Parts: sequence; C-alpha cells; structure tokens
Amino acid sequence: MRRGSVHALCGENGAGKSTLMKILYGMQKPDEGTITLDGHEVTLHTPGDAIARGIGMVHQHFMLADNLTVLENTVLGAEKLHGISGGARAKIREISDAYGLNIRPDVLVEDLGVADRQRVEILKVLYRGARTLILDEPTAVLVPQEVDALFDNLRELKSEGLTVIFISHKLGEVLSVADDITVIRRGTTVASVEPAATTPKQLAELMVGSELPSPETRDSTVTDQPMLEVDGLHLTATDSDGVVRTVLDGVGLTIHKGEVLGVAGVEGNGQAELVEAIMGTRAPDHGTVTLDGTDISRTTTRRRREGGIGYIPEDRHRHGLLLEAPLWENRILGHVTERPNSKGKLLDIPGARKDTARIVDAYDVRTPGIEVTAASLSGGNQQKLIVGREMSHHPKLLIAAHPTRGVDVGAQAQIWEQIREARREGLAVLLISADLDELIGLSDTLRVMYRGRLVADADPAVITPEELGSAMTGAASGHLTADGDTGTGRPASGGAAATGGDQE
Amino acid sequence: MSTATKLPTGDAARSATREKVILAVAAPLLAIVAAIVISSLVFLASGENPFRAYGIMADYGHYSDSQVWIINKAVPYYLSALAVAIGFRMNLFNIGVDGQYRLAAFAAAAVGGAVVLPGALQIILLIVIAMLVGAVWSGIAGLLKTTRGVSEVITTIMLNSIAASVIGYFLQDGRLAVKDGNLLHTKFLPEAAHFFSFPTHPKPVYGFVVIAVVAGALYWFLLSRTRFGFDLRAVGASEPAAEASGVSVKRMVVISMLLSGAAAGLVGMPTLLGESFQYGTDFPAGIGFTGIAIALLGRNHPLGMAFGALLWAFLDRTGSRLEFEGYAQEIVGVIQGVIVLCVVIAYEIVRRYGLRLQQRKVGEELAAAARTAGADNNDKPEVSA
Repeated sequence: MRRGSVHALCGENGAGKSTLMKILYGMQKPDEGTITLDGHEVTLHTPGDAIARGIGMVHQHFMLADNLTVLENTVLGAEKLHGISGGARAKIREISDAYGLNIRPDVLVEDLGVADRQRVEILKVLYRGARTLILDEPTAVLVPQEVDALFDNLRELKSEGLTVIFISHKLGEVLSVADDITVIRRGTTVASVEPAATTPKQLAELMVGSELPSPETRDSTVTDQPMLEVDGLHLTATDSDGVVRTVLDGVGLTIHKGEVLGVAGVEGNGQAELVEAIMGTRAPDHGTVTLDGTDISRTTTRRRREGGIGYIPEDRHRHGLLLEAPLWENRILGHVTERPNSKGKLLDIPGARKDTARIVDAYDVRTPGIEVTAASLSGGNQQKLIVGREMSHHPKLLIAAHPTRGVDVGAQAQIWEQIREARREGLAVLLISADLDELIGLSDTLRVMYRGRLVADADPAVITPEELGSAMTGAASGHLTADGDTGTGRPASGGAAATGGDQE
Repeated sequence: MSTATKLPTGDAARSATREKVILAVAAPLLAIVAAIVISSLVFLASGENPFRAYGIMADYGHYSDSQVWIINKAVPYYLSALAVAIGFRMNLFNIGVDGQYRLAAFAAAAVGGAVVLPGALQIILLIVIAMLVGAVWSGIAGLLKTTRGVSEVITTIMLNSIAASVIGYFLQDGRLAVKDGNLLHTKFLPEAAHFFSFPTHPKPVYGFVVIAVVAGALYWFLLSRTRFGFDLRAVGASEPAAEASGVSVKRMVVISMLLSGAAAGLVGMPTLLGESFQYGTDFPAGIGFTGIAIALLGRNHPLGMAFGALLWAFLDRTGSRLEFEGYAQEIVGVIQGVIVLCVVIAYEIVRRYGLRLQQRKVGEELAAAARTAGADNNDKPEVSA
C-alpha cells in the first residue's frame, strides 16, 4: 500500500476482509505473517497500539454517543491530546478545514444525518493522529449524493498524504475512488489490479470466480389479487428525551400476489417500524393490516407467522438467530409450532435436524455440520440459513429487510434468485433495502419512505438510482418519472402480469 | 464438488464430538483444581494445614449418618436450585425463592394443622397449596416486571422481607401459632400428612427425594423437549430474536416466574412433611439463597445441580466437623464461595474458548473444502445460483 493513496479491498463476505482489518487494527492476532509500517515491522496487540502507530478505523456501525455533541464524542477517550474544550475545539476546526469535512463541533450527534455522523467518525480518527484510515463499508448507509461527497473527502485526505483503506462490496464505487485494488477470496489475495485497467464485471468475477449476478427480475408476475394490504398505519414513539415523535404517519400500501414492493429510504425514516407493525412486534396507534383477506391487525406475531409471513430481519444477529445455539435450533426459531419442528406440544428434534440438513444442502449453507453454532458461520451463510428457513414454510408474504446486506456476491445472487422464484409462485414480497440497485432491479413497484410517510412512488423500469436518491432525501415527492411521464406504464405492466398469473 | 464437501463433513462431525467431550470435561476439572488450590491457600494463610482438613472432611463424610444427613439436606437445596434455574434459563434472577418457599411452607403448615383429610389427599392438598402460594408470591414480581417494568431483582428481594413480616405477624400465640417453650410454631400436622421415608440407618432418608428426582426430570423434559421450553430458552438466549420469532416475552416472563415460584413452594416440603410437621420460628431459612449458588454451580443442568446440591450438603456437614478439630467455622463458607466463583469463571473461560475454537475450525474447514473443490473444477463457477 502506498502512502497517499486510496487502496480498496474487495472480496466476498467470509473472504477474510474483516479479519484482515481486525488484524491491522490490533483487534485480533495473526497466526503467522508480519505487518510492515513505514519500513518497520510492527506487532499490534490492541487497538491502542494501532492508534499509537497512526492507524485508525471507521467501523461500519457508528460508535457515537447520540446525546453528546460532536466535540464531546471526539474527545471521548482522547482527553489528554488537546484537552476537552477550547484546545480541542480549535483542533477540530483545524482538521475539519484542512480536509473539507465541514464539521460543527457543538451540534448534538443525534441531530446529525448519517453522512454527517460518518464524517464525525472520520474526524475522530484523524483527531487521534491517524495517518492510515480504514473504512469498513462506508457507503452502505449512504445515498448516492452522499457517497459522492464522501469520495470528495477521501480525495482530500489523499492529497494531504494520508492513506485510506477502503472496504466495499460495491464495485462501481471501488473503481471510481481507488488507486489500487486488492481482491481477496477465501483468505488469500487473488489479484491486485488497477482501476483503470479493469471493469466491474471483471472485478466481480475475480471476487467470486463466477459471472456477475444482476438483480433484474425478468418478466413481471404481478397479479391483481392483493396479498397484503396496509391501511392508515400510524405510530408514535417516545424517544429517550421524552419527546413524542410520529414514526409512521398514515402509511398505506398494497402488495399483490407475485409482486415485489420495494421501499426505498434513508435508514431511520420508519422502515423498521413499518416492518415491526406488520410483524406484530409493535402495536400501531391505528391502522389495519390485512393478509390474504384476513384482518391480522390484532393477532400475535406467532399467529401472523403461522398465517404465512416469512421474515428476513434487518439485523440477523439481533432478530434472526440465536447465535450461541446450534444451526438446527436456529432452524426451529420462529417456526416452533410448525412441522417438521414439532408434533403437538413437543419438539420433533429428529425432524428439525433432518430438515436443517436439507436446508444446508439446498441453500448451499457452507458449514461443516448442523451442530456448529450460528455464530461460527460467516454473514452470508447465516443469511442463507435464514432465507432457507423462511422459504421452507412456503410463506404468502415475505418481509425482506436488507436481505443481502453484508452478504457476498455469490450468496446475493442466490438470495435474489430465491426471491424471484418464490415470486413466480405467487409470493408477495415487501423489500426494504439501502442498496438502490437491488431495489430497482428486484422490485415491481417502488415506494419512497421519508419521515414516516410514503412520499413518492416510482416505476423501477425507468427510474435511476440518482432520482431515487434525491427522493429519499425528501427533495422530490409524488410519482417519480424520468421526464413527466403520467405513469401509464404501471397499469399496463400490471395487466400483463395478471394474464401471466392466470396461466399459472 | 459434492464429494469434496462431504468428506470433511464426516471428519468435522467426529472431531466436533471429541472436542465437545473434551471441553465439557475441561470446565469442571479446571474449576475443581482452581477451587482446591485457592482453598488450600486460604487454609495456609490462616496458618492451618489444608491436607489435614481435607482428610478430616473425607473421613467424616463417609459415615452413614453423615450420608443420610447429606442426602436429606440436598433435597431442599436441589428443589431450590431448580426454582432459581427456571428463572436463569430465561435471564430472570429470582432472588425471592427464599421468601416464596417460607411463605409457602407456612401456609401449608397452617392449613395442614387445621384440616384433616384421609391419607394421601392431605399430602396432595398441602403440596398444591405450597406450590400455589409460591407461584402467587413470585407471580407478583412477574406482573410488576411486565406491567410496570420493575426489575424482578428488586421486587423479589423486597418480597422476601414482606414474606418474613407476614409470617412473623401470623406466627404469634393466639393467631396461627401455639407456644412451645421458647418456640412458636403452627399446630402439628395430623399423621395422614406425614410423607413416607426410606427406613435407612441410623436415620431415615426423606421420601421427598423421589419428588426431587421427578421434578428434575420434569425440568429437563419441559425445557429441552417441548415447544414451551424452546420458547423459554429462546427468550433467555436473545430476547429480540425470540420476540421476532413470535414469542410473547411478557407472557413468558409471567409464566416462568409462576413456574419458578411453584418449584420454590416445594423447597420447604421435605422438612415440613418429613421431619418437623409444623412451621416454627426454627424452620430452616436461607435455602433460597443457597439455591442460587447451586444453580450456578450446576450450570442450570438437572444433573449438575444434583451434584452441586450434594456437594454443598457435604461441605455443610463436614465443615461443622472442622470446628471440633480447631478450625475456624467460617472456613467452609469461604470454600463454598470459592467453588462457586471458580465454577462460574471456569465455565465462562471454556465457553469463550470453545466458541473461538469453533469459529476458527469452521473457517479452516471451509477453506480446505473450497481449495479441493477449486482444484477439481477450476473453470466452473463455484456458485451455481
């Protein structure tokens, strides 16, 4: 890695990117091999060592205290450097100006947007004197405009002689910002390439050793039979300061059999609450949820699941798995009342184990066996297990929240294919994703969520990620079209799909 | 590719089982060794010879009267540990077993002294009353937690002292108690309420040991073989995941508190129905807290807790002997504390080590499988999606 460059690291999930970065940041010890920094061989035992040697890491999930100001967050743990008030403030201004970060030190972090928070994270690292920055999937949570701004920041850092290590799944971004690219696969470096001499397709092929998958749904399978109808959903929540906020405001949508409805939106605009309201883990103030003609607004989560809702949760570690339980117990989770997991009131352990083996096989979950804990699988394989589990119960409606987040390209293609296949058989899908390509490619209908409302809808056939991105920031609303199209495209394709549905 | 992935699967399964056994043995072994070393240091620090002390304890423990005493003492310990473990399995800390079993035993004794039913009916009635009272008392904590969000740790501790006051109020001459020398106690239970016992020598063993075994078996069956048990363990492992899977966490909190309290209700029964036949001011107290230590010691496992209860009773018995031999009485308490700490720490270390080991092994095996597969068909796509 050269000083003063942006070096991108790509690879499938489970390829070893995160492990490599953890070693560089001193969080994990290598079995063998050396790290050489500025010509000196170094051994890093703790993140403290790494920081002392000028290596800083910006984690994928922000590590900020919401109720503190930017200044307070920055000095937290580094009080000795420049004090905690005047000196620190001056230093923050200096760094902010030098790299064009545009940071206001006295704003509360909770009032900042995602992109601003990320800049605070970068500032924190620079404040501690880092000369080498590791960014772990920094664009996962950003809309395209924010990604461009981030890349401008990175170029600024680079021109000041800092080194940036950039980890990403998104190949287009890697090619646009990186000076060098290293591709790793299953723990070894498979290629070092220069962005000028490669294309996203070649890069992806290096990563998986296979063709680049695309999320495009070929022909529409939308029918005119509604599967899920949500009407007038309204939810208020009291936040930690006791302020009552409206989280969902008159949300209504209909998903037909065989339709994938994508919800775009910057995270925290009510998508998670919408999912919780449909799953029944959170009771809305008013509004109804109807599944396949049955009003399920007042039923329990278990009844809803038994009634045919499959759920791929946003945070699989928190909501989708029992990490320290073996795979076969995880296969039971969420479907304990259904076969083959139980007979009557008793568990059917042999049945569950046998079916786990089947899922592992059919969904290509890479594991040495069904006795290992869920925590020992890589993210992609955990997700494949969850998808397999949910699909095994033939859901009527699948709620897929960020189904391919943190999942490698190979598993991504597989998950997309499974969603498409189930959709052909009449499954309705509520897709929530931050990956705009995924949303556009997989959805039959797109809605944009902003501050708890569905503010805009769009036709995935004609919309571009940039247009969608600007609607996500609240800049546009209503029916989004490329250029003032009145939206006759949707009913037409819906009609075509209805005939398709009849044929099945 | 399929053969390439299947081969390591068989190996992995075998080595995983072997590893599981080694890890399962490693934890208790580590704990015992550490506990002996630390206890010996404590003896040495107090200027005593540890080996002579161990010799006295082993010797005294093998007399038959000691053994009967140990078993009889272990029965309530075990029931108490079960009650605590039901809570532990879903991350609830029921510190109130103590108050629950005392109030339950008092209620059963009071009813038993006033009612005479033929034969087994009397015993069944008293056991049911005890379980109900225990369940109601812990259920209060469960309801407060789900409706008002009060931590069960706080409420159960407070309910302990409320239980003590309630008993103190009714255990007065002229209320529900009779005066007997210096002691106050409820009226004696009729002959029909006496539980059977095993005619061992020199003293009988409580027949209630059978109930304890049955309770342990039920505990195991309920938790690991039923849907309800799976839900309960899911809540314990991850509340948000359980909630998303369709478990009503609140309902589960109330139910498991009720179950825990019902089990706690049994704790006083071996003494009441097998030995004292009345509830008096000298009724054994503090077993609820011992149960916490034994549940920790036995890792909430029905057999582990049985072992823990016997060990605890053994230390109680043989420790009293040490006093006669010139040792400080408190030393046994220190040893018991050291054992619990060693067990908790050793299991946690082994658990973490096991998880890390497994993660690494899974990674290695998959990489090996991938290499073989890659060599077999280099030009074919590895993901056939």
